[in-house]
Amino acid sequence: MSIRLDNVSYTYMKKTPFERTALKEITLTIEKGEYIAVIGHTGSGKSTMMQHLNGLLSPDAGQVFVDDVDISSKRTEAKKARNKVGMVFQYPEHQIFAETIFEDVAFGPRNKGLSEEEVESQVKAALSFVGLDYDTFATRSPFQLSGGQMRRVAIAGVVAMDPDYLILDEPSAGLDPQSRDSIFREINALYQARKMAVILVTHSMEEAAQYANRLLVMAKGKIVIDGESAEVFQNHREALKELGVDVPQAIKLADILRERGLQISNDVLKTEDLVKQIKLAKGWM
Amino acid sequence: MLTDISLGQYYPGNSFIHKLDPRTKILSSLAYIIAVFLAAESTSYAAVIGFLFVVIAFSRLPFILVLKSIKPLWIIILLTLWIHVFTGQGEVLWSWKYLIITKEGLAMGIKMSLRLILLLMISSILTFTTSPIVLTDGIEAILKPFKKIGVPAHELAMMMTIALRFIPTLLEETDRIMKAQSARGADFASGNIVRRAKNMLPILVPLFISAFRRADEFSSGDGSALLSWRRRQNKDA
Repeated sequence: MSIRLDNVSYTYMKKTPFERTALKEITLTIEKGEYIAVIGHTGSGKSTMMQHLNGLLSPDAGQVFVDDVDISSKRTEAKKARNKVGMVFQYPEHQIFAETIFEDVAFGPRNKGLSEEEVESQVKAALSFVGLDYDTFATRSPFQLSGGQMRRVAIAGVVAMDPDYLILDEPSAGLDPQSRDSIFREINALYQARKMAVILVTHSMEEAAQYANRLLVMAKGKIVIDGESAEVFQNHREALKELGVDVPQAIKLADILRERGLQISNDVLKTEDLVKQIKLAKGWM
Repeated sequence: MLTDISLGQYYPGNSFIHKLDPRTKILSSLAYIIAVFLAAESTSYAAVIGFLFVVIAFSRLPFILVLKSIKPLWIIILLTLWIHVFTGQGEVLWSWKYLIITKEGLAMGIKMSLRLILLLMISSILTFTTSPIVLTDGIEAILKPFKKIGVPAHELAMMMTIALRFIPTLLEETDRIMKAQSARGADFASGNIVRRAKNMLPILVPLFISAFRRADEFSSGDGSALLSWRRRQNKDA
């Protein structure tokens, strides 16, 4: 069970003065059960790569396999793949259209051809995953919700399709810190419960370090770094700096403390780890 | 998906036509359109078509691109052709039951659809070779004499630029929404006409909402800029 990109290249607006190569010979395998963070600057090809994973874009060269089925050439296979590979776009609340929250979340499962009972149970499960109470929210209009709640409805709309792979393109963009945290907690809970693969596109190193177990760094249409999160932050500090990617705050702070003589190990990644290490070093626990 | 619609887009270049003064281009496009409507015989049609080709050659635009500008209106062009071809009166060329094609109808149909095509092409050449800012300046300069009789030249020019400016933005937005809904398994290409119309709802509703949101953001963002600009204008006047 995996998504495989094999030498994938893609160019936007071919044969015009606006021509722009977005992906250059990308080879990548994503296994089910992985939690991957994709990091890179605007224009590094992140979003383009994501759209190849569920066949919204077909590569100019190379192939894409979802569970060993080639989706890069056949439109029908690409359509089928979308039931397996769920995709939450940037600002997903902008795609909400239905009169009630139930109807909007049910859009995906219905397109999938599920029976009404199945649709209802999927919608219930999806709404509870994103922390919205079914009985209170199902019949309300999505357009009366707050920004954070609307985003949750939109994410539920994708989760309700019960995908094996879930792609999220900057799911926290433009949200307040509280909604940001809870959305990530909800995604993490979903990942734990459903054992799907989560592919998270983000600008924030904190988010990447906190949740992902594998890190992809992209630049100029290529994957420049691919590895386990802790390993990447430890061994690729220089490369990251060169790419203008910041390391998480916890790691920075750990460096400073280490310089000042505090005994802190090299594998600190998350804030909690750092707190623990400081307590240990200081003999507070 | 939709990004290959080229209506109102600028195609950067460095040709003779690109460098022409926008006023020259706008006025000669107008003159050309009038000439197209005045054209009656095949010789005058040959002349206007010939002139169009000369302009395309000078502008160094890819011919395919200019041809593509017909795309948004091809149904209307086809319909025009159809109506004229089957409703003309005169010498019968071909008939089957109620359908009668006459020589005059055929000629009229070709003439009318050719007019539309030429009109579309020349206006696309204008926008392809003139950047929106230069185009606005041109429109404003042309309308300036009419300011005396109360024509809001600057506002009109501004409105046109904004409209032109937002065509690619809205197309991009449509593309994005279509992708987002197809990611949720939406299908826009199959089913009968009622079904297809219903399938458009998940695109149209978010598109309208986003267009209104954009207009709102734009007006509040530009409101302040516009206000200070008007104050300056009033002072000058």
